[in-house]
Amino acid sequence: MEKDLGKIFSSFRGVRGELIPVLQRIQEKVGYLPEDAMLQVADFLNVPESTVFGVASFYAQFRFTPTGRNRISVCEGTACHVKGATDIIKEISRVKGVEAGETSDCMEYTLEGVACIGCCALAPCITVNDEVYGRLDKKSVHNVLKKI
Amino acid sequence: MQKVNITIDGVKVETLASKNVLEAALENNIYIPNLCHHPDLVPSGTCRMCLVEVNGGEVLAVACKTPVAEGMSVVTDNPVIRSVRQITLELLHVNHTQDCTNCGKNTNCQLQEVTSYVGVDEERIGQMRKNIPAVEKDTSNPFFTLDHNRCILCGICVRTCNEIQGVDALQFGYRGYQTVISTFMNKPVKESVCESCGECVVRCPVGALLPKNGLKPSREVKTVCPYCGVGCGIVLGVRGETVVSVSGDRESPVNNGRLCVKGRFGYNWINHSERLKKPLIRKDGEFVEAEWDDALEVIANNFSKYKGEEFAAFASARCTNEENYIIQKFTRAVMGTNNIDHCARLCHAPSVAGLAQSLGSGAMTNSIGEIGSAALILAIGTNTTESHPVIGLKVKEAKRKGAKIIVANPRRIDLCKFADLWLQQRPGTDVALVMGMCRVIVDEGLADEPFIEERCEEYGIMKESLKEFGIENVERITGVPAGLIKEAARMYAGNSPASVIYAMGVTQHSHGTDNVLAISNLALLTGNIGKPSSGVNPLRGQNNVQGACDMGALPNVYPGYQKVSDPAVKEKFEKAWGYSLSGKSGITLTEIVDSAYRKNIRALYIVGENSMLSEPDGNHVRKALQKLDFLVVQDIFLSETATLADVVLPASGFAEKDGTFTNTERRVQRVRKAINPIGGSMPDWRITCRIAQKMGCDGFGFENPEEIFTEMASLTPSYSGINYERIEDEGLSWPVPSISHNGTPILHKKRFLTQNGKARFFPLQFIPPSEAPDEDYPLILTTERSLYHYHTGTMTRRVDGLNNLNGMELVQMNPQDAGELGLAEGDNVRVTSRRGEVDAVVKVTRKSPPGMISMSFHFSESPTNLLTNPALDPVAKIPELKVCAVRVMKL
Repeated sequence: MEKDLGKIFSSFRGVRGELIPVLQRIQEKVGYLPEDAMLQVADFLNVPESTVFGVASFYAQFRFTPTGRNRISVCEGTACHVKGATDIIKEISRVKGVEAGETSDCMEYTLEGVACIGCCALAPCITVNDEVYGRLDKKSVHNVLKKI
Repeated sequence: MQKVNITIDGVKVETLASKNVLEAALENNIYIPNLCHHPDLVPSGTCRMCLVEVNGGEVLAVACKTPVAEGMSVVTDNPVIRSVRQITLELLHVNHTQDCTNCGKNTNCQLQEVTSYVGVDEERIGQMRKNIPAVEKDTSNPFFTLDHNRCILCGICVRTCNEIQGVDALQFGYRGYQTVISTFMNKPVKESVCESCGECVVRCPVGALLPKNGLKPSREVKTVCPYCGVGCGIVLGVRGETVVSVSGDRESPVNNGRLCVKGRFGYNWINHSERLKKPLIRKDGEFVEAEWDDALEVIANNFSKYKGEEFAAFASARCTNEENYIIQKFTRAVMGTNNIDHCARLCHAPSVAGLAQSLGSGAMTNSIGEIGSAALILAIGTNTTESHPVIGLKVKEAKRKGAKIIVANPRRIDLCKFADLWLQQRPGTDVALVMGMCRVIVDEGLADEPFIEERCEEYGIMKESLKEFGIENVERITGVPAGLIKEAARMYAGNSPASVIYAMGVTQHSHGTDNVLAISNLALLTGNIGKPSSGVNPLRGQNNVQGACDMGALPNVYPGYQKVSDPAVKEKFEKAWGYSLSGKSGITLTEIVDSAYRKNIRALYIVGENSMLSEPDGNHVRKALQKLDFLVVQDIFLSETATLADVVLPASGFAEKDGTFTNTERRVQRVRKAINPIGGSMPDWRITCRIAQKMGCDGFGFENPEEIFTEMASLTPSYSGINYERIEDEGLSWPVPSISHNGTPILHKKRFLTQNGKARFFPLQFIPPSEAPDEDYPLILTTERSLYHYHTGTMTRRVDGLNNLNGMELVQMNPQDAGELGLAEGDNVRVTSRRGEVDAVVKVTRKSPPGMISMSFHFSESPTNLLTNPALDPVAKIPELKVCAVRVMKL
């Protein structure tokens, strides 16, 4: 990770305003924000470590734990909720053996509920590794899961 | 400052143009409810409770974020304001634990106060109340608890930690309903960077941050903190005969109420069960409790045998001025010798010796308060935030106001975070670094020629000696890149006023006096002396080390630095005291130990000093003390040194006596008795007086410290205008030559205190430390202090909470060295030097540069000074405590 961080830092100037982009780059590379990486960011930008965490924990986009190889995000926005998003989550959770908000022990899947992903017309919908699947129900979600 | 007139609720009010509406209202006793406001902090407008109507506008304004303006009309209460405040307040109550009677803040809570003013609808709160499970209280810190369930998220703690402490342990974490005050990764407070100063606890408006010891005092006594030389004003809270709390004295000009962890929470030693309560006399190798009379008899008989040069005394920088005066008077008048010294020998003797030669006075030239307004601060050889925490706050304050900060330190200390430049010189190369800066200033024509011409002498000789300090040579010696040295020199010369602060990193070297003279050269060269917020400022270590020096607890001077070798001075004291006195300078503390070893000194009287841990080459010190015929140790606890004594006398602590301390800025402040002496202990001044009286000597019949002060002031020109009445409310900085003089916060304004009134430049040469690393001892050991402990730990090691935060000696080592030695954090190691070996635990940290380790000397289990080098500075006789060669081995 030291090497990755060094490379990421090299494209920044080391000023406070770069906090969010730096965190984004780290998460892109590592998949989440490891504790030690955040400490090094604090050092690099001369920003208090509590502030790094304050910012990182404020935004839903940042994660503090590693994710599985496949990331399944179920939309919990209003339209999807009305159309049965809760059932979809339960079904995925049952089939893949992973609770919402968690990562399977084998590090294969991460399941999470997210706010509106902007595909209300396709409700209920999910994304798997950033690919959108819509108009799902308890049965058709199996077809999606089989692909991963 | 411009004033403006505004109207608040029809009341005409005049206020400063810099105020906001809330401040204007509060200072005129018009209440506007508020929760996130604190006079010490920048307004944040978080709580939305101070909403007001301004100039009839429809949109309500946040009073704390609205600056006043001429003719402004403010309404603080109407139905709209009321309803908005009420709903905001109810939303706070929805998330707030409703068990006021169980809360330590009950009756003193801002939320209660605001609620009683604004009013809430209980039913509505009930409806909105969410069933959020309670968050567990964070009790990890030994001194205070953090209870999120009582937190109203006003952010006062976050802002305090940022704006006042500059530590930033706390921040808002997460968001929405989940928002909490959080440390990094929301870990327990103890695992964060929190320094436990308690400033947030003091300011928390509700019961979210509460001290663990919640005992309320029945009375309060103003006095001065007994720890470092900053001399913070404190208020002791007393219940019965026990000190149960300490708070910062907001009226003190020194600290304005701010305290560090030791000052605020490190007081449990006062009433500690291990306090010495009766005299102890050694009989057949064992200590036996004795009555005062018997103990004094034994001492009087023995001391009588060793009058003259076979006797020596160590006074104490922990004791009051009055006590130090008495101890030196006893040594000089009764015992007939000038063999009196104290631990200043181990800290700022080079400052006293060096600055006395160059400027005429060996003390801080400027006051603590001025540091906050400097345009530049050069912090060299001082880990200010650890050793002088409240002065550290001043440096941070200056930084916030836009000052440039230059840190010169081999270690990456906390202040580096605030520094514009960090010069990482090799240990012991300060003369080269500072003279290198001088050379750049001279070469580039940045020197203040008129100042030098008018107020200094010997500039030419100094300039000549700069030849040796060409930039390449300086880079080679110090390891600091030439460009950085040049930048530092230009920055220092280009930002006026510039203040230099320094401490042991400069003085504790075998060439400590040269280091001090180099700094004095630098300041003189740029005219940075004699004006506000400039100067050469040695930060004194102990609460009264300045005072102990002022009182003449030194072998070569009487009180007020009047030379013992001066026949006129001698005559003056002989006449005043009624004794014939020795005109021969005594020997220094380090020499006294050597003389004891050689059996030239045969009786030693040690007051409030733990030489076994504080002096270099501890094994040698032990042997020397064991060779004495008669050793008396007077202390509050049975220190490591006391265990070697023939007679141990129980002294009273600072809370049990009246007197004065003189802090590092030369401010003479009142120390006040809060409780009666513990057990059978007595204040040190009384003990020494009784010894003298037992020996049948006159001149020691003092009834109280004020009488002693009066005698001292009559003989000490710089103190002659001071009396207890004048310093009742606020201390005065010496010199105070007359009763109508208001003290001298800034020295050398028009004239230097030297004989001819001119400051002197000194030519210098670079001399390396006396011990360099080699094959057998490949690492450099430097000694340092921990924020959580004080000196040899006699007091702080008896405070459980401080031990909890830092309980053992840590060998701080760079990851590179640790890797090469196959060591990991927490490994037990043995550190060995040519003089001894010490076991401790490794802490791997980038704060230490490769090749250099550091250890404190607070822990008797790991007495670091068994390792250190007793090589002495030829002038000041200070040992080289900052550099010695060691090797480290895994156990």
